[in-house]
Amino acid sequence: MVSLLGIPPQVLFGQLLLGLINGSFYALLSLGLAVIFGMLNVINFAHGALYMVGAFVAWLLLTYAGIGYWGALVVAPIVVGLLGIALEKTMLSRLYKLDHLYGLLLTFGLALILEGAFRHQYGVSGQPYPIPAALQGGQNLGFMFLPNYRGWVIVASLVICFGTWFAIERTKLGAYLRAATENPTLVQAFGINVPVMVSLTYGFGVALAGLAGVLAAPIYQVSPLMGTNLIIIVFAVVVIGGMGSILGAIVTGLGLGLLEGLTKVFYPEASNIVVFVVMAIVLLIKPAGLFGRER
Amino acid sequence: MPDGAMTKTAQTGTAMLEIADLHGYYGESHVLHGVSLEVRHGEVVTLLGRNGAGKTSTMRAIMGIMGKRTGSIRFQGQELIGMAQHKIPRLGIGYVPEERGIFSSLSVDENLTLPPVVKEGGMTVPQIHDLFPNLKGRGSTQGTRLSGGEQQMLAIARILRTGATLILLDEPTEGLAPVIIEQIGVAVRALKARGFTIVLVEQNFRFAATIADRHYVMEEGHVVDMIPNDQLDANMDKLHTYLGV
Repeated sequence: MVSLLGIPPQVLFGQLLLGLINGSFYALLSLGLAVIFGMLNVINFAHGALYMVGAFVAWLLLTYAGIGYWGALVVAPIVVGLLGIALEKTMLSRLYKLDHLYGLLLTFGLALILEGAFRHQYGVSGQPYPIPAALQGGQNLGFMFLPNYRGWVIVASLVICFGTWFAIERTKLGAYLRAATENPTLVQAFGINVPVMVSLTYGFGVALAGLAGVLAAPIYQVSPLMGTNLIIIVFAVVVIGGMGSILGAIVTGLGLGLLEGLTKVFYPEASNIVVFVVMAIVLLIKPAGLFGRER
Repeated sequence: MPDGAMTKTAQTGTAMLEIADLHGYYGESHVLHGVSLEVRHGEVVTLLGRNGAGKTSTMRAIMGIMGKRTGSIRFQGQELIGMAQHKIPRLGIGYVPEERGIFSSLSVDENLTLPPVVKEGGMTVPQIHDLFPNLKGRGSTQGTRLSGGEQQMLAIARILRTGATLILLDEPTEGLAPVIIEQIGVAVRALKARGFTIVLVEQNFRFAATIADRHYVMEEGHVVDMIPNDQLDANMDKLHTYLGV
């Protein structure tokens, strides 16, 4: 096979695949952040921790209840979503009248508590989580080898992302959500229970993080710090895409994952910072983000 | 004084909305100081008064969009004070706010169908299009790309679908060209003919005079006078003093 710019295609496509996998997680997480920010105006710093909780719920289900991957894929997002609703009802909802900064501080504190608790219980070393039997092995695509599980993660996250986008931009329920994001008082004056909608939105946003955690468990190890490592990049993705923009979060998440992969091929030294370089450039040229609207 | 005058015009029907000694607060500031008024079935009643007299606040108090309220607001016999905010519109009260509140992230159709249907007997979309032909064929346009007058029509139109029987219209003519005001007037009269009960806040007193049955005059957070529309001419001097025009 021919090489491209002196790079063997296996290396190039291997890194692109890795980039697409990372991008899938960036997209899923930043999507949840965007939904939450749009509706609650809260920068949810606990998002990474709840992603970690999702992975741990999957691991605990397998270890102590014998419930495998497919069960966890359903149960873990529900558990994380309910946890999120409880946090919103008991704590976050008290802060809406204050500056946004308080929401950020609260969720940051919650993230530290969650991560601390899991670290105390399970240590910092990761717990392995097996790939489900149905998705073991891989496909030889000729130019590269595609492990089945990684292909599944990409497809699953694309389906979830665009399903969420469709639900928000094209359905009646989404119209309520968009309207309440713009003018909650008026939506309430039409007879819609906005506080309940806010709780459910937060629950849904963090359930996406929990789901991402389950998807991640067989790829990365299940570790208390897995969220912390990821969340900083995800925040950069959200800033680049534009705060609160659904499509921006999805496209930027996938795009930056790929960009990271490419950087690893052509200039590996920069691969850890390329996202932040892009963020700095975007902030200079278009402070509202690529898909953001000026407020 | 308003009570005495009201009994004379009690022909229109039974009371739909009764407000008694309503006090309202935004945080520390006390904005409504004992508002009392009554709106009967099928009536068009205006709230007149200078800026800051409490007209918009009265509407917001009815809808529950106010920190603290005391006194009594009864709609068809049901007390609204203390009721959960999202339940008030479900009784059949439609609110068209002063700023119109058209959502920019929603299309015209989405704006039109956003408020949930709360009662039977609401108007259908074709009927609404007959009333506001400007909205026809604009369904996929972004809501806020409509002209000011069309946005006002949309703001009224979306309430008509819901089956609400009492409509609170806050300054529907504000900032609009005379030809558009004329169109809004035609629409409001058509709504009255359909049996809607309407409370109208207006600065445009000439507009109000063409559609209202009675006028309440507000000053400093309470009702100071009530003038039936047919006695308007006789009360012109008084009204000019109230409104400072």
